[in-house]
Amino acid sequence: MGLLDSSGDLSAEMEVDAFRRLFPLRYYERHLAESIRPDGRPLGRARDTTVALGAVSSADGSALAKIGSTTMLAAIKMEVMTPSAESPDEGCIAIEFHMPPICSPIVRPGRPAEAAVVVSKQLSDTILSSGMIDLKELALVSGKAAWMAYLDIYCLDADGALFDAALLSAVAAFSHCKHLSPFLIVPTSYTLLLSLIHVSARYSLAVQIPVVSVNDKGKIVAFTEEGDGRKLEKEAVNKEKIKLTLGSIPFSLTCALHKKYILADPTSEEESIMETLVTVVMDSSDRLVSFYKPGGPALAYTSLVTDCVALTRHRMKELEKILDEAFSGMEVD
Amino acid sequence: MMMETDRKDGRTPNQPRMLSCSRNILHRAHGSASWSRGETKVLAAVYGPKAGTKKNEDPEKACIEVIWKPKTGQIGKAEKECEMIMKKTIQSICLLTVNPNTTTSVVVQVVNDDGALLPCAINAACAALVDAGIPMKHLAVAICCCVAEEGSVVLDPTKLEEQQMRGFAYLVFPNSALSALPKGSSLVDGEPLEHGIITSVTHGVMSVDEYLRCVGRGRAACAKLSDVLRRSLQKSE
Repeated sequence: MGLLDSSGDLSAEMEVDAFRRLFPLRYYERHLAESIRPDGRPLGRARDTTVALGAVSSADGSALAKIGSTTMLAAIKMEVMTPSAESPDEGCIAIEFHMPPICSPIVRPGRPAEAAVVVSKQLSDTILSSGMIDLKELALVSGKAAWMAYLDIYCLDADGALFDAALLSAVAAFSHCKHLSPFLIVPTSYTLLLSLIHVSARYSLAVQIPVVSVNDKGKIVAFTEEGDGRKLEKEAVNKEKIKLTLGSIPFSLTCALHKKYILADPTSEEESIMETLVTVVMDSSDRLVSFYKPGGPALAYTSLVTDCVALTRHRMKELEKILDEAFSGMEVD
Repeated sequence: MMMETDRKDGRTPNQPRMLSCSRNILHRAHGSASWSRGETKVLAAVYGPKAGTKKNEDPEKACIEVIWKPKTGQIGKAEKECEMIMKKTIQSICLLTVNPNTTTSVVVQVVNDDGALLPCAINAACAALVDAGIPMKHLAVAICCCVAEEGSVVLDPTKLEEQQMRGFAYLVFPNSALSALPKGSSLVDGEPLEHGIITSVTHGVMSVDEYLRCVGRGRAACAKLSDVLRRSLQKSE
């Protein structure tokens, strides 16, 4: 049996993998003492991150984000609905985070994982409170129609830092947006038919708000360009509001705390050993959107708070560059 | 500099609402407490330790389970998130190795929500855990601080104030006067144990300085609250 006092001798005889499984905390502490982690990263460095836009062609907006092995697929679908009475000039965003059983051995079909519910709520809070999307932009006809954006994020591989990857994929899916050529239509006093404008193949867009207009009964119908000349008489209600402009974009970094070490972007193994996690979300105008520390044995002192914020700022610059590269890659297509 | 915010109920920005705490109100539960701050009231009951741990939990430690019951409506994502936050907070203050392979259930019933609900619930749960005699390292005291439009920090908002303010933060600090830790370890990194944040949940956007000011104000308010809590726990029963 591995006893505490003979662990030094035991570790010399044991294989590395066995030691890692039997004494995970000591295995990690040996590495942390040298300021390195088992995968070779220094303590403050996040894993390699990639973002691919337009992964789901049938969605109005989509993105695939990978941080190390953690993979998230985000897709946005836009639908028209009647706005609520309290906010007749605002659209709505519904955010769902799903963890299908494919992502992790601890998730089984049927019951949603506890982590999924919490990350889902955290995501909605962050995206709505960061002011990235101005809900008034999603309005069509005041009091009668507004856009509802359904954002679904699927976790395809859960290897730690789920919230970071999910937020990155959501941001990438939302912010990928282009102008649709506006339609000049002479209005008639008559029933308007609407049909959805399909994005022309020239643009491989992620989020474009379809052009629609209102018919006599107050129903919103989409708009097609093909068809007879009669269609040209309809007025598109939202032809000027097609591009989804974004406010300041939030970026996040999850850190694991253990005694006096701060490990940026933990893997799932690190998360399970070091039970204290801190998620800091900051936006591009250097404001703190969220400082989320749900309990945990390690306490956060002021120095730790400032260190985490500094690591997040650094990470924000990396992520901004990665997103810019992904967009310029799309432009070329 | 004019930092005064006119609050509807006439309180100063640094003044929390009327506090009332009572323990041992439910006779069937092993421990119970009710905590109210102004109109916000939460009832917490502790059952345990019971034998056995839940699936996927470490059998070498005690397991804490939190059930959050809202005042009205079904249990949704917000309630699950509150359960998770409370579970992690309570796990960090309890001595989990004293009773391994047991489950302690904390049931939180929201009686009325008028702002700062989660801190109220955490305080109620702590008092209920003391009432049940669950072994703990130290207590936790929770407070809500919000940031007004012009950047000043306001303590203990009502629901209306929470919605109107730019952002708010729920902060939980340790209350270590009843700590089981030896005297020598009371300073960590030059800061006393009470200065560490156990839990922090923020909503809305604020600058990093405003957040740190909230933390400072929250700490001071929690120190006062710890005194009140200590005295009330010592003198009752």
